[in-house]
Amino acid sequence: MTNATSLPDADGHFGPYGGRFVSETLFAALDDLRDTYERLWQSPKFQAEFDLDMAHYVGRPSPLYLAKRLTQKYGGAQIYLKREDLNHTGAHKINNTIGQALLAKHMGKPRIIAETGAGQHGVASATVAARLGLECVVYMGVEDIRRQAQNVYRMKLLGAKVVGVTSGTQTLKDALNEAMRDWVTNVDNTYYIIGTAAGPHPYPKLVRDFQSIIGREARRQSLEQTGKLPDAVVACVGGGSNAIGIFHPFIDDKDVRLIGVEAGGKGLETGEHAAPLSDGTPGVLHGNRTYLMSDDNGQILGTHSVSAGLDYPGVGPEHSYLKDIGRAEYVAATDDEALHSFRELCLLEGIIPALESSHAVAYACKMASQMRPDQTIVVNLSGRGDKDMQTVADIDGIEV
Amino acid sequence: MSRIKTCFDGLKAQGRQALIPYVTAGDPNPQVTVGLMHQMVSAGADLIELGIPFSDPMADGPVIQLACERALSHNTSLAMILAMVAEFRQQNDTTPVVLMGYLNTVEKMGYDVFVAAAKKVDLDGVLLVDLPPEESADFARKLRQEDLDAIFLITPTTTEERIEKICAVGSGYLYYVSLKGVTGGASIDTVEVAKKLDLVKQHTQLPLGVGFGIKDAASAARVSQIADGVVVGSVLVNALGDNASNPEKGCAQVVSTLLEMRQAMDATV
Ligand SMILES: Cc1ncc(COP(=O)(O)O)c(C=O)c1O
Repeated sequence: MTNATSLPDADGHFGPYGGRFVSETLFAALDDLRDTYERLWQSPKFQAEFDLDMAHYVGRPSPLYLAKRLTQKYGGAQIYLKREDLNHTGAHKINNTIGQALLAKHMGKPRIIAETGAGQHGVASATVAARLGLECVVYMGVEDIRRQAQNVYRMKLLGAKVVGVTSGTQTLKDALNEAMRDWVTNVDNTYYIIGTAAGPHPYPKLVRDFQSIIGREARRQSLEQTGKLPDAVVACVGGGSNAIGIFHPFIDDKDVRLIGVEAGGKGLETGEHAAPLSDGTPGVLHGNRTYLMSDDNGQILGTHSVSAGLDYPGVGPEHSYLKDIGRAEYVAATDDEALHSFRELCLLEGIIPALESSHAVAYACKMASQMRPDQTIVVNLSGRGDKDMQTVADIDGIEV
Repeated sequence: MSRIKTCFDGLKAQGRQALIPYVTAGDPNPQVTVGLMHQMVSAGADLIELGIPFSDPMADGPVIQLACERALSHNTSLAMILAMVAEFRQQNDTTPVVLMGYLNTVEKMGYDVFVAAAKKVDLDGVLLVDLPPEESADFARKLRQEDLDAIFLITPTTTEERIEKICAVGSGYLYYVSLKGVTGGASIDTVEVAKKLDLVKQHTQLPLGVGFGIKDAASAARVSQIADGVVVGSVLVNALGDNASNPEKGCAQVVSTLLEMRQAMDATV
């Protein structure tokens, strides 16, 4: 377990998970990406370039904020929010797209593609593309285009082309399929910015590394503000990038509980959810072996979540590994629990969180009430809820 | 000896090339498949690639995606497909059958269960598009133990180093994907393909099948002059899809397309 932080191995394995399960056409591109990444990530010059963008463009470090009234309400552990919602473009996704766009630039690729669910990764990709003068195409399920119309318009304003995906369940997994198809076809001039810590090696590793800035800051800020490490770190898990980003720097701190909150949808018992770690089995999808929601015949199941960004049947392979070795715990929060926390954070703290992040808040509140006031929980508030106005208004039956 | 080797050796002795149709099992419905396999053999097919439908066929274009959806709407499962192969074998003991699909369906059944069942129904080979040689050691060994062929892809982007690796683990034949892209994509450039095939031939004695972008008799004939086998998929699947409510008509179109290709290929001999 002490070497859990040294993974993945050279072929991208986290124990039995990860790897490279893609069609042969992509191997040369994946090798090239791996080699470029390994070289640049070790380079102080590249690091400085990344850090500068993080500070001046994204606005990092993001604050670690003590949510006093929320803490009071639950009467237990102190709840701190890691404010990724304050990043430029409104979510943690930008940390990864800045890093990958730098890779694309160094590799001389004039065109980037991305898949998106909630649209946050699409917006973050369109943003970096605009800034670097790269062509940008974003694949998005038509069901998500409907739920996240604001973000679709944002991407267009930023100069990206948004392509609606009508195959399969018309959500994030299908957008990923379509992006892969584009990449196979245009591999010579195209860089594929995967938006989460999943996909074939080296994506889970490099996305984690770019997102780990969240955990490094949170660890330092906890020490500064509370004089100790937190008792628990809580994050929502879609593909798992904001969670692995905040978890990873704490993996060797054995006393810090790491808790990933999946989308419980209408309840795990209904089967209508998006919680492969809580209620799935290992399999292979989108280039990696990991926990998946699939049926007895190996077909991938449709998922349900009120939040488009968590509506995905797989999860990054490192989470599968952390689950199996028991270093992280994975639980689920339902749509209703997330919506409740969404409203509560609005009213008690003046923060409108993303519906994705609201899942993490929901579980953290539940935990806090069972803990002592001298204990602390850090919740990754992965994004802001502006994009979710339509969804929540629809649920409330209000026209905006 | 493997049926695949016998098939290619026999053709080679006659100076002919294999015509290899791909159809998705269970498309447009499971009752059609076995009959269609026999019809394709009568129309000149030497080896049949039978697709395992998958919910997320990442390497396929819209034509085969839709075929998967049609097959899955009838719950076509891997177990059903193995039963189709068994039924086909009751009347045909010579034409090799290769299952082609994605790893998750096979993994869910379990490698051991799958390989044992494949042996029992007299399947000949397996090609899983998302299972590269690096990740296939375990599966390929199990296939080998039962004399089943593990078929791998080589593409325009495959480096010489990887070609070597793939030639070392592959058996039966190698499948050269003629273009960068998904199934049903652009048209084939036979000059480019011939160059790459020459490189592959330096590393293997295995027969080389070429697929992707073969749309008609003329392109089939051109490819037959540079390869040992011609794989044709999306055109056939399109015919089945266009006539999904009238499978007999769809099958008849598949047959006529194959007959034209067969004729054109044999005319070049
Ligand atoms: C705000 C926010 N949080 C979380 C997620 C889930 O992704 P991940 O699990 O990769 O962090 C998304 C995805 O769109 C998101 O927009």
